[in-house]
Amino acid sequence: MSLARVLATTARVLNQVRHDHRTLGLLLLVPALLVGLVAWIFTDTPVFGRIGPAMIALFPFIVMFLVTSIATLRERRSGTLERLLSLPLGKADFILGYALAFGLLAIVQTGIAVGFAVWVCGLEVSGSLGLLFAVAIVDALLGTSLGLLASAFARSEFQVVQFMPAFVFPQILLGGIFLPRDQLPQVLEKIGDWLPLSHAIDALNAVARNDQDAGYIWLRIGFIAAWILAAIVVGSMTLRRRTP
Amino acid sequence: MDADTAAISITGLKVLRGKNLVLPGLDLLVPRGEVVGLLGPSGCGKSTLMRAIVGTQIISGGDVKVLGDTAGSPALRRRVGYMSQEAGIYDDLPVAANLNYFAKILGAPPAQVAAVIERTGLGSVARSMAADLSGGQRSRLSLAIALLGSPELLVLDEPTVGLDPVLRVALWELFAELAAEGVALLVSSHVMDEATRCDRLILMREGEIVAQETPGSLLERTGTDNAEDAFLALIRAAQEPGTDTPHVPKHRAGSEEA
Repeated sequence: MSLARVLATTARVLNQVRHDHRTLGLLLLVPALLVGLVAWIFTDTPVFGRIGPAMIALFPFIVMFLVTSIATLRERRSGTLERLLSLPLGKADFILGYALAFGLLAIVQTGIAVGFAVWVCGLEVSGSLGLLFAVAIVDALLGTSLGLLASAFARSEFQVVQFMPAFVFPQILLGGIFLPRDQLPQVLEKIGDWLPLSHAIDALNAVARNDQDAGYIWLRIGFIAAWILAAIVVGSMTLRRRTP
Repeated sequence: MDADTAAISITGLKVLRGKNLVLPGLDLLVPRGEVVGLLGPSGCGKSTLMRAIVGTQIISGGDVKVLGDTAGSPALRRRVGYMSQEAGIYDDLPVAANLNYFAKILGAPPAQVAAVIERTGLGSVARSMAADLSGGQRSRLSLAIALLGSPELLVLDEPTVGLDPVLRVALWELFAELAAEGVALLVSSHVMDEATRCDRLILMREGEIVAQETPGSLLERTGTDNAEDAFLALIRAAQEPGTDTPHVPKHRAGSEEA
């Protein structure tokens, strides 16, 4: 692994996004607007106060997953990935370069979404705003790393698109948004307890209600971070220099 | 030329794609410091062979040695330049930014970027987005990237396809220049009349090498005056068992043989 090559890759990816104004705009604003839409739908009801934190976990996560997996898919199709893998670029350099670039974008994107939810839509946060940002950003990084894993694992464009429902939807269904996890059938509850998005939702709810101590929140951040690390390691292992 | 001094030395290379044996056991020696043309119809296995040499192709058997190392080994990644048939460039970056990125990955000095832009004649479009380039300019950008890092071996898959004749000549002159500097070049083409520009020819058909020799000796041996006819003559000879020397094709009767 080489820091210079990681940073060169990060700079290149950010440079590509910078040249595409529409993508940049969509990337930064769509999650905030979706949160705003949910707040609007539930005007004059207490619902947004209840599900608002989960929405902050959901939208940046999905958007980052999609953007990252499509970006690496484009590398595959344009032949740039094959070229890069014939050069002295480590597989981890490639994955980390992407993780860092989209991680930075995720931070800005989540910052906008959280700010919009709190200051424009009036989401009530009883706990620390700093912790809310921290959880939301780790959550968006989770979307990035799982997107990288999906596209490193995929062998074709169709497969990448299919990984979106396969990787993301179960986490949404079992994360406790539709039904609190302790009311799920026991097997599903256990599975949900091991999925990273569940912990992001738990942590954001806890910060908003301020009914847990900081240790509870940091434990969940640590759990998500372990998933991020694992996804990046497995992603760089499944990327193949030689293809059929 | 023996296996140790050769730029590329292949024995018994087998590549399976699905259930098809694309390369059924191929042997090849390519010397250094020459422009070697790899000619053959589309689908004969040229690109597969090139990917095996670069080390991006899964092979099911045989031994591929490049510059004394096993193909695809980490040490070779900065010594071999590769241009595939897909352009392998970033459409949403300017030409110079494309080159800068690959130069950083290779650890090539930044001054080399300007040098390869000059050599491939991309000076006038250096600031344009790669997406706005013409087909010929795209393939020259791809070639420029392959030239970065001063590789000892260049593997170029159809670098002249779609170029106008003037540019094509200029590129072949560039290849000869590079060979004179000691670079080994393996250049594929399905256009037979580019054969005479090479120092050595490899003719491929259906995953097998039909001939490997200099253009002059190929034409002499087959009694033809161009690579296309020589290719046909060799195939006919192979289809007639018991003959050692190929027949001269008759469709040009009355011209040279007279």
